[in-house]
This record gives sequence, structure tokens and C-alpha cells, in this order.
Amino acid sequence: MSKKSEVAHPLDGAEPVAGNGLLHRRLFLRGGALFTGATALTGIAGVGAAQAADYPAWRKEPGRPFVAYGTPSKFESDTQRIVTVRAPGYPTAGAGSSRTPLQLLEGIITPSGLHFERSHNGVPDIDPAQHKLLVHGLVKQPLVFTLEALDRYPRKSAIHFVECSGNSGGGWGLNPPVGPVGTMHGLVSCSEWSGVPLAYLLDEAGIDPKAKWILAEGADAAGMSRSVPLSKCLDDAMVALFQNGERVRPEQGYPMRLLLPGWEGNMNVKWLTRIKVTEGPTHTKDETSKYTELMPDGKALQFTFPMGVKSTITRPSEGVNMQGPGYYEIAGFAWSGNGKIARVDVSADGGQSWAPAALQDPVFPKALTRFRIPWEWKGGPGIVLQSRAVDETGAVQPTRDKLIEERGIKNAYHYNGITSWEVRESGLVKNVWA
Amino acid sequence: MFGRKRVAAAAAVALACVAGTALAVDPPKLGQRAPADLLALMDKSIPPDGTGLPPGQGTPVQGQAVFLEKCAVCHGPRGEGLTNDRLVGGEGTLTQEITAKTVGSFWPYATTLFDYIRRAMPYDAPTSLKDDEVYATAAYILALNGIIKETDTLNAETLMKVKMPNADGFINQWVEPAPKAAAR
Ligand code: HEC
Repeated sequence: MSKKSEVAHPLDGAEPVAGNGLLHRRLFLRGGALFTGATALTGIAGVGAAQAADYPAWRKEPGRPFVAYGTPSKFESDTQRIVTVRAPGYPTAGAGSSRTPLQLLEGIITPSGLHFERSHNGVPDIDPAQHKLLVHGLVKQPLVFTLEALDRYPRKSAIHFVECSGNSGGGWGLNPPVGPVGTMHGLVSCSEWSGVPLAYLLDEAGIDPKAKWILAEGADAAGMSRSVPLSKCLDDAMVALFQNGERVRPEQGYPMRLLLPGWEGNMNVKWLTRIKVTEGPTHTKDETSKYTELMPDGKALQFTFPMGVKSTITRPSEGVNMQGPGYYEIAGFAWSGNGKIARVDVSADGGQSWAPAALQDPVFPKALTRFRIPWEWKGGPGIVLQSRAVDETGAVQPTRDKLIEERGIKNAYHYNGITSWEVRESGLVKNVWA
Repeated sequence: MFGRKRVAAAAAVALACVAGTALAVDPPKLGQRAPADLLALMDKSIPPDGTGLPPGQGTPVQGQAVFLEKCAVCHGPRGEGLTNDRLVGGEGTLTQEITAKTVGSFWPYATTLFDYIRRAMPYDAPTSLKDDEVYATAAYILALNGIIKETDTLNAETLMKVKMPNADGFINQWVEPAPKAAAR
């Protein structure tokens, strides 16, 4: 083992806690000398051995001055949303989505420019001075709020994911989707959202006792509209004005969007312009024709709002291949629309044995949660990496087989089955059904 | 049923929750009274009971003319689907291996069809149709699906009599949570 290196790797001799080399979740956290043996990992470029001993150019001349709005390093130009390329002039290019490149991200916050996009008729260019939010219906007094007015209300902030209910929909398919994590799972992102609790505005308008639902409507060309139970609106719903500290991005609903923590993305109506308080649901196109779950018996489940408990490993994953045998950190995201993630177990043998992963602080309810576990990859066949999340309500992420047994394959929405990454002997990592 | 007091109490609890700690002052009340013309312009959603269906009417024949001009390029001349959704047919396929979820085979309410065409279609010029054209295109789509007769007229009254074939095809999964305990 230590033949490869002069210095023993600090994990050498560590006993696996589950099949195919999974190590104890706390081993990587033990002490600072961890990567002194980094050269033990094969495939890592040598440190300057062939270069003449001189300062690099940027050490020898002044750097550039200040800019008004920063952008990532030019060397990071591959960190992009996954966008379906359409022919120029494609007539309905604004009905669709772009996805977050989850495999390239760390921590739990999605940079605003990488938040997934889903729109039904493009991104409107809204002048905030002309935008209005109407609150009416079963209220004592129908009211209009300008952004200027909303800006004077007390605000709250919370870190929450938004996930399209069609996320990971490839899981219902016969063959595993090809491509990096983001192509299958990238319709989820996580931001710090700040704004005005919706309860303030409803309370100000005066809720009629008959009221049980609302209809939320966007100011986009699709006039996106969804019904939401009033109880959710009075619980943790927010009219979000800010995303990660700055005004909500146009793709995310500028100047204001509805935020319904943990509930399917489509209901978090962007470009929010109207709240109608109602007795029952309105049964809009996007809660009947779409975003309902067709079961094998031909009936469709309607109003399945919270996103189920889910996780995926992002490192290693398809396209994030192995760099030769040695020690690795397996890491990924877990999340649940029901509350906090309670635990994530990881398997390296396709679900035969499991070891608990470490949950990275902070762990927030209805937010992306990072998990990590150390692993010694010795090469060889038969390695399938899986992660299985459990949330604080006790809900367990199901296997794909179990999910399909219960819900068939024509559901199209709310897929939360376990993701499997086959690690081939060559180091290539592939999405597989296992 | 919530009594008026219960709703007020629920809202008050919700307010205390969202604020984290009890608010020292109430939020300001800066909403302005909504003017009637703004309400009329914006309040266009139609629930299954038909509230808000406007005056006007249209027939499948009138609808065909509008459809061929403004819809067919994306949905096909008979709603068979082209670059965008198929709107016609598919009855009996919901349990089949190859499923066609269309207005005819899947949609539970005709009000949704009126609401959706008026709010969102045609895709390249949403809100441009007159109410008569909305009734007419909806009538054309319903007639192509065999749900109304080609000689029928669709208006606020007749639309409410339309029974969609898959009206009973949906199972409501929403269960109201137990009210949160008032004292915490
Ligand atoms: C430029 C292309 C285009 C034109 C023209 C167009 N549509 Fe559409 N239509 C779409 C797209 C795209 C969608 C899906 C929108 C979404 O993603 O929510 C759609 C959806 C629909 C649906 C809902 C389908 C379903 O089963 O969910 C109906 C009904 C519809 N259109 C009717 C019409 C009518 C009526 C017209 C003419 C007045 C029309 N469309 C014109 C592109 C078009």
C-alpha cells in the first residue's frame, strides 16, 4: 500500500465500515495532516518538478483594478448551466428549462447565475416601478402592493431549495440518462431567499372565513397560475424579493416570486402579480394536465405538493471520473420537502451494505444538505455507489425498483429513487439502474 | 369550517411564527385599495364552477378558422400535435404502455381549457384573443375530441354543461395539516 509513497497516508490501516472500501465518516475530519500524503494519490500532477524555479507572471506585475460586478475566473468558464441548444428562431424556446451543474458545485448554496431555470413562455423583462401585486378574492379589502411598498415591510431570510417537480424525471425511463449529474438532477437549486412573509399581506387584506386556498399568478407571458392551500400561505410562504443577498434574478422571478419552502417548484410562482383568495382550488392547466402523477391504473394523483426525500452523490459521478486507486471523498447533496435531512447512508456495493455519511453543517429544513464520507477505491469490478437519505419525519428515499412498483413508469413527476453510479475498473463512472 | 375568530387566530399564530420572535410592532399596512378596472383586467382565472366566465360565444366552425390561422402551426390543423402538445384523441390510453394525455383523454374540466387558452395562447401572442375567439377555439378542440357536437355553441352557460370524459380521473392528495398548537 504505502509503496506508492514515501509518506504513509493518514488513512492507511483504516478499517472499512461497509463493503468495497467505505471508511468511517469522521476519518477525514481527524486532524490537519490529512493531505501531507497527497502524492500517494496517483494521477495528481507533480508540483513544479519540471519548471524552472521562478515566480509566475502574476507575481511579478500589478493585478487588474476593481470592477463593479465580479464574475468567475476565466479559467472556470466551463461552470455553466446545462442549456438545451435550440435552432435560432425556434418559436417556443422559452418553454423549457436549463439545469444546475450540480457536479461542479460545493457547499449548499447555488450561485444565482447557476440556479436552474424553468419557464413556460420565456423570462419577462419587468420594470419594477410598474409591477404590481394584487391581493383579492375572499378578502375584506382587495389591495395592490407596489415593490416600493413591499420594501418597507419587515423581512425574513431563509435558505431553501427550489426543485422542479419534474426533476430527475429521467428516472422513470427505461434507460439511465447519459451525462453529468446536472442533466438528470439539475432542476434543483438552493438559495438564501429574503422577503416579506405572505401572511402579512393576506392578514392586511383580511381573510374571509370561507377561504381555504389561494390562486397565485405570474406576470409572464404564460400567466403561470397555481392553487395553493391557505394553510401553507400562513405557515412559511414568502414573497421573495432577494436571492443570495441581491434582488431576485429575472430568471427566478424578478422583482418578486412566491416561495413555498419544500413544495414543487412550479408552485413557487415567479414574477408574482396576483394572489386570489378562494374557497377551493382553481384547477389550472398546470395542476391538471401537467404536474399531476399518472398511476398504473390510469388515475392521476393531484396536489402532491411536497418534494420527497432525495439525494445523489455528485463526486464521483458520471463525468467526474476516478483518477487512479487511492483515497477519495464521496460527496453529494440530500434534501427533503418535509423538513431537515436526518441521515444519509452510502453504499459502494450497490446497496448490499451501507455506512452513514457525515452531514456537513449547516443542516437546514427544506434546504440542500451536503454529505461526505471517505472511501478507499482499490479499483476492480462490481462497484456501484449509492446514497440513501432519511429525513426528520422518518421518510426514507426509496430504491428505483420500489418507486416504480408503487407508481409505475408514466408518473413523469416527483421521482426520488436512489441514484446508482457504477465505477468501472477503468475509473469511468456511469449512471446505471441498479 | 373555520370561524372568523379561528382564522384570525391562525393568522396571528402564523405571524408570530414567521417573525421568529414576537413582533414589537405590527407590519405597516401599505397596500392600496385595488381599483375596479385593475381587478377587472387581472381577475381572469376560471374555477370549475365557472365563476367569471365572460359573455360571448363561439362554435367549432368559427373555432376552426381561428385555430388554422393561430394555433395549427404548433399543434397541427386538427390538434394532433406538431412541435407542441397534442390536444386531441388518446381516449383509453391512460392505462396503456403508450399514453396520450390530451384535452380529450385527460383534462378534468372544460373551464380549464377556456382559462388556459385565454391566459396563455397563442404562445406567440398571449392575451390577444377576444373572448368569442376563446370560446370558439375551445369549442373546436372539444368537438375534435367528440365531447361536444360540431353544431353546438359554447358560451358561459353551455360550457358549464360540458362533462369531460376523465372528470373522475384525479385523486386529490392534499390533506390539511392539523392546526398548529396555539401556545408554543
Ligand atoms: C408558437 C407555438 C404555439 C402556438 C401558435 C399555439 N400554441 Fe398552444 N402551446 C404551445 C406550447 C409551447 C404549449 C405548452 C406551454 C407550457 O409549457 O406550459 C402549448 C400548450 C397548449 C395547450 C395545453 C396542452 C396540454 O395538454 O397541456 C392548449 C390547450 C393550447 N396550447 C391551445 C392553443 C390554442 C387554442 C392556440 C391558438 C389560439 C395555440 N395553442 C397556439 C405552443 C403554441
